Amino acid sequence: MTALRQVAVVGAGAAGLHAAEALRRAGYDGRLTLVGAEDAPPYDRPPLSKHLLSGQWQPERLTLREPHALAELALDLRLGVAAAGLDRRARTVRLADGHEVPCDAVVIATGVRPRRLPGAEAPLAGAHVLRTLADALALREDLRTGGRLLVVGGGLLGAEAAATAVALGAEVTWLVSTPAPLAAVLGTETAALLAGLHREHGVRIHVGTATGVLERGGRATGVRLADGTDLATDTVLMAVGSEPATGWLDGSGLALADGVLCDAYCAAGDGVWAAGDAAAWPDPHTGRHRRLEQRTNATEQALHAARNLLAGPDGTRQAYTPVPYLWTDQYGLRIQAFGRPGAADQFELVDGTLAEHRFAAACVRDGRVVGAVGIAAAKALRGLRAQVAAHGPWPPDQETRP
Amino acid sequence: MLVTIDQDKCCGAGSCVLAAPDVFDQRDEDGIVVLLDARPPADLHQAVKDAADVCPAAAIRLETA
Repeated sequence: MTALRQVAVVGAGAAGLHAAEALRRAGYDGRLTLVGAEDAPPYDRPPLSKHLLSGQWQPERLTLREPHALAELALDLRLGVAAAGLDRRARTVRLADGHEVPCDAVVIATGVRPRRLPGAEAPLAGAHVLRTLADALALREDLRTGGRLLVVGGGLLGAEAAATAVALGAEVTWLVSTPAPLAAVLGTETAALLAGLHREHGVRIHVGTATGVLERGGRATGVRLADGTDLATDTVLMAVGSEPATGWLDGSGLALADGVLCDAYCAAGDGVWAAGDAAAWPDPHTGRHRRLEQRTNATEQALHAARNLLAGPDGTRQAYTPVPYLWTDQYGLRIQAFGRPGAADQFELVDGTLAEHRFAAACVRDGRVVGAVGIAAAKALRGLRAQVAAHGPWPPDQETRP
Repeated sequence: MLVTIDQDKCCGAGSCVLAAPDVFDQRDEDGIVVLLDARPPADLHQAVKDAADVCPAAAIRLETA
């Protein structure tokens, strides 16, 4: 650690910020460069599809650290410039503006970029993605004029945007590829409850697969489906997943597959660490590499990567073994989940009922608790967390039950 | 130590309650943090710092007061 004088954190989102903070908190007092492709200082992304899109919150509210708190970190802050390359032999990060940042160690936290549909690979009026503050403000502007919104993609982002937009008065169609959107994320029962809420609030759920965005006169006019039909709309939101933003690492010699491949300690190579949406590390339960595009993971993995970075090769490094957590806010309800609920899991209620929109349930696969999901029952849900962490048996062993 | 929380930012993960159950709790309906002790005793300071560190929403602020 004494030899460590220059550290670069690439990516100035939540993971990058938390990595930088954790390094300082642990006593690292050398040069600390934080590189961010966006102009804005680190901000929080989850509200983009909710409070920011609805207009309830203004952009300032998303700022993760006040200017004075950021200043206290004594960063070499490079905002508005993307990283363009990593030379591991020379130990430099090359920036898009031609500057080079020397570094003894680097934390990769460049996150993901949203996938786009054919026909809208390049920016197209009326066709949106939702990842950055600028994306959200552009979509908000289009929704301000009312009209029809077509949300493409059955994930959480699409669901939240659909819920927000319909509350704003838009005529919303949610295009999903399976009749049970979100079941793979929240389990079949909770997903069905949410789909029902969407319909009750006037969202039209359409099952189909988008093959491309239709355009006329320089503006999106709809989406073509795999069955040959067209859906007309005024505004399209492409919420069709994302890809790790790791193009800048091509040629670095790092292992890149779906993300930056790390070991259990979040190390991707000698002096190279990764955290957040772009980091793929071996899941302790399966041994397979996976990424977690979750806000809580950005923080927790960044803390781990930073601590392990400072621990050095002979230090007490800690394997990263998180209990995944996600939440989503739709129609005034907050849905929370630990672990990995799946579509085929048994749904074992421990509190409340689906009908009253208040419950906590264990998600059981092959006799093991692999996840927990709930609404308005935070304490009962938290009570399942230890079971989820341990992939404990179901029904729980009476002797170890608290 | 003075602890303040921002309930609007809280995402309800409950990480703070796990780290410092004597200082933080959660509302049942949405998991939002509830502050039990704004001036926790010294023996809890480390746990409270841990809670602030792991808060995914950076909703916990600590001042040395």
